[in-house]
Amino acid sequence: MNANVRRNWFLQGIVSVGDCGLFFVAVLGALPKSLRYWRETCRQVWFVGAMSLVIVMTCGLFVGMVLALQLYYTLSIFGGTAALGTVVALSLFRELGPVITALLVAGRAGTAVTAEIGLMRATDQLDAMSMMAVDPLAYVASPRFLAGVVAMPLLACVFNAMGIFGGHLVGVTWLGLDNGTFWGNMTATVDLRKDILEGLYKSIVFGGVVSLIAVFQGYTAPPTSEGVAYSTTRTVVFSSIVILAFDFVMTTFMT
Amino acid sequence: MNPRPSYAIGTGLFILLGFAALAYLATQTTSVANGIASSSTYTLKARFQNIGQLKARAPVKIAGVRIGDVQSIALEPQRMDALVTLSIDKQYNDIPDDSSAAIFTSGLLGDQYVGIEPGGSPTFLKNGDEMVLTQSAMSIENLIGKFLVNGGPKSSGSDSAPASSAAPASGKP
Repeated sequence: MNANVRRNWFLQGIVSVGDCGLFFVAVLGALPKSLRYWRETCRQVWFVGAMSLVIVMTCGLFVGMVLALQLYYTLSIFGGTAALGTVVALSLFRELGPVITALLVAGRAGTAVTAEIGLMRATDQLDAMSMMAVDPLAYVASPRFLAGVVAMPLLACVFNAMGIFGGHLVGVTWLGLDNGTFWGNMTATVDLRKDILEGLYKSIVFGGVVSLIAVFQGYTAPPTSEGVAYSTTRTVVFSSIVILAFDFVMTTFMT
Repeated sequence: MNPRPSYAIGTGLFILLGFAALAYLATQTTSVANGIASSSTYTLKARFQNIGQLKARAPVKIAGVRIGDVQSIALEPQRMDALVTLSIDKQYNDIPDDSSAAIFTSGLLGDQYVGIEPGGSPTFLKNGDEMVLTQSAMSIENLIGKFLVNGGPKSSGSDSAPASSAAPASGKP
């Protein structure tokens, strides 16, 4: 890469997108080899998924509660508060569950992955692995990528379930909506394939995108303390932008 | 390279919890949930001239309380009217057999549902019975059409005036 390209931020952006694409192909190529290190993948699922449960469940509860509160106010203008359960469930399953879960995971697990790999790079651990004939792509990058793809949809499901619980708490227990109306209208409208599975597809893609960006940023981080710090920040910024952009594109295709 | 039990247990519990949440969402919040309860229901039939926007799984209510849902809607070929099959919860098995069914709209823009007005007969409807007294959905388009043909509120005598002459007249102040 010559100095001319490095100075131009636009060209540099295109170059890093291309690098990321090539890295994605390399990670996919290393996936079969990384099956040997399934314990590492298991540990990463534990780290990305199980350790994110508390924040995802808490946020899901509050998002469901605030959704019910806000939508109750809006629906009461039209006299349609009976549709509260439907609207809460649909907005959670189709949109908020996958997106907010992905943003949370990018903030909680993505940053940690970037910092970890960045420090591995800075302390020459990745080179040491190569010396010992351990492919760092297969041992470090692919398990983390795979863990994100596996953990994200499960986390989104937990988020959705907690959101429904929170919406029920506010709508029925607090605001006094009829319990049967809440569940009845919800079950009458929510479709398994169209609503729940489409949300799951979204969160699988988000899981791949978030963990790819986190691993890539860590892998290409400049081996200085400042470089690792910048890469960690970039993980959150790029993940958030890409999640919301992909969300728009996927929603356009799915609806 | 010994596996660490805490990771393995944590991962396993997390995956189980995720799938439990998915199963909960799939069975409790979707239309699958309605199918499970169908063992404790009985069916009634009702014929309507026009069902409007009524859809399958719409609620059936007495006095505003949900007692069941619309199981299926079919066109009766000979009589050219809609045969609506209602599945009613078993615990509401004392609906008088001279009750009437009507299609209402919940709220101004809400979904349509079947409302049952109880009669006074001492005998009750049984599984598979048909409700004789029905009232079709009120169609706003028909109401507006009648209103336009009749020339609006000011000229009640001009019933024979065509609708095309009434429509432009209503545009003038």
